[in-house]
Amino acid sequence: MSKKALEIKELKREFKMGSETVRALKGITFDVEPGEFVTIMGSSGSGKTTLLNILGCLDKPTIGDYFLDGVDIKKLNRDELAQLRNHKIGFVFQSYNLLARTSALENVELPLLYNKGISVSERRERAMHALEAVKLENRFDHMPNQLSGGQQQRVAIARALVNEPIMILADEATGNLDSRTSYEIMALMQELNATQGKTIVFVTHEPDIAAFSGRTIQLRDGIIQKDTKNENPRSAKEMLAALPVTDDYKI
Amino acid sequence: MNFSNLLRIAYRALLRNKLRAFLTMLGIIIGVASVIAMVAIGQGSKQSIHDQLSSMGTNMLTVQPASNLNGGVRIAGASFQTLTSKDIDALKNHPQYITELSPSVSSKGQAINGALNWPTTMTGVSPEYLDIRKLSVKDGIPFTQNDVLTSAKVCLIGQTVIDNIFPNGENPIGKIIRFGHIPFQIIGVLSPKGFNTFGQDQDDILIAPYTTVQKRILATIYYSNIYASAASEDVTDLAVTEMTNKLRASHRLRDSEDNDFTVRTQQELIATLSSTSGLLTVLLTVVAGISLVIGGIGIMNIMYVSVTERTKEIGLRMSIGARGKDILLQFLMEAILISITGGVIGVLLGFLSTQIVTMTLGWPTIISQSSVVLSFVVCAVTGIFFGYYPAQKASRLDPIEALRYE
Repeated sequence: MSKKALEIKELKREFKMGSETVRALKGITFDVEPGEFVTIMGSSGSGKTTLLNILGCLDKPTIGDYFLDGVDIKKLNRDELAQLRNHKIGFVFQSYNLLARTSALENVELPLLYNKGISVSERRERAMHALEAVKLENRFDHMPNQLSGGQQQRVAIARALVNEPIMILADEATGNLDSRTSYEIMALMQELNATQGKTIVFVTHEPDIAAFSGRTIQLRDGIIQKDTKNENPRSAKEMLAALPVTDDYKI
Repeated sequence: MNFSNLLRIAYRALLRNKLRAFLTMLGIIIGVASVIAMVAIGQGSKQSIHDQLSSMGTNMLTVQPASNLNGGVRIAGASFQTLTSKDIDALKNHPQYITELSPSVSSKGQAINGALNWPTTMTGVSPEYLDIRKLSVKDGIPFTQNDVLTSAKVCLIGQTVIDNIFPNGENPIGKIIRFGHIPFQIIGVLSPKGFNTFGQDQDDILIAPYTTVQKRILATIYYSNIYASAASEDVTDLAVTEMTNKLRASHRLRDSEDNDFTVRTQQELIATLSSTSGLLTVLLTVVAGISLVIGGIGIMNIMYVSVTERTKEIGLRMSIGARGKDILLQFLMEAILISITGGVIGVLLGFLSTQIVTMTLGWPTIISQSSVVLSFVVCAVTGIFFGYYPAQKASRLDPIEALRYE
């Protein structure tokens, strides 16, 4: 059996709020195989954000196990978790979180600065390579305020790719974008998943977006309500082509 | 994370907000520049005070006959005759303490040039006297050891005497004047020294070889004073002890007897000098301290605001793999970069403003290396000290909350 990208067993997370204990996750078990494209859905209060924080190694479960690429994160301290995030996870956020007044290239280079043993030239080369993967190599010297929302999100995806992580973890990555740009981002995600075999875990509350993935995990009240395989995901590229052309946009 | 990455991260973060970085730096820039300029002005005035005091001869030693008991009656020191050529011989050859020696005898009298006359004092000394008293000959030449040996009738003349007996501006060099019925040829004019602190006119003087005054005017074998130069200000006390011992031996005093002479130093001058420079040092230390604190508070203030303002950035950095230590070092490095850059600019500005002060106000200034080094070190220390707490605050943020921060 090949190594799983993610292994989650009986995972629980509780928060103390004064005298009350809030049980955000009440026992969740699932695996993600390398190369899978999974969406995690759920309304607010379903434990989606808590799960995302744990998947992103920003938080640890109260009870239960989480293995990321075979590493038991319970045994790691704060600094080791940071290293793990650097090497194995690429975050994509709803609000892009690019550094202002910093060029696209330097934004993409950022994770490599926290990775020891990468030379200046290698860093530049890998950042350019990541920008090519999101088709923004011509805009490498643009500042975030000179880029559209979709372009900014693509820079953020390049930043997530640059350290060659095990998993890309997207948090409502299309939440701030219009449908056309959302499809564009999803097309990019599908392409990365299909051609480069990247494992993608995409947290969203839009069923529309979930239809692009190969598997959907539905959370409700801290437990998995549904875990469905989608044998025939929609192609974002085709959706994009079907949209009426209303402006000068071209992919 | 290696050092060059750390430097790059901090440097880029500062470039992202140039104005903020500059405003933070401003406190340091002004602090360092003012310290350097203040110290330069302070040192300059200290040096000029020192020069003025040295012109009076700060390492000059004077031996005077002391009051003494003579059959139960105290006799005034000045009229007591004890100092002779034997004492000069006894004091010679101690170059580690005493570099120059001159006996001195003086006589009051009228200086006469034709119909004009002026009451003045003729001091008989050896050629070394000019060095000891920091006197110099403006025109003509000083007399020599040979003039001393021959009791030559030559003299040096002070400006006040010239003004009174050569009122029409003629050149006094080579002229013959009379003093105490003896004709003296004027061979040199002393550079004017003005009035001393006691209101005495230091230019109302004639200087001649001591042998001339002793033999031709006073007919005495005694000296009224002996002047000497200590090798340096530092050995003055040793020189006094040495001279006292030699003179006691020369005067054959028993242990039970008091000294029949006193050796006086310029201690008051030296004390004035050190108290002046001490006061300046204290003032400048205070200025340096205040500027340090103000600059440091500026850094701490901005860094605190900056940590709050950049919470989301910190969250992002943590989420992509920055450890708490990396964040701490980044903010610390930003603070150090700010203070060092501010320090460099401050040093340049300090040099510039010092030059401007010298050129426009004509104040003497001396830029001391120690003030440059000190203010620079203080800068770096300030950066680390005041940058540490904000940096620590940043490093302890929870990445989840930092990312959600709006």
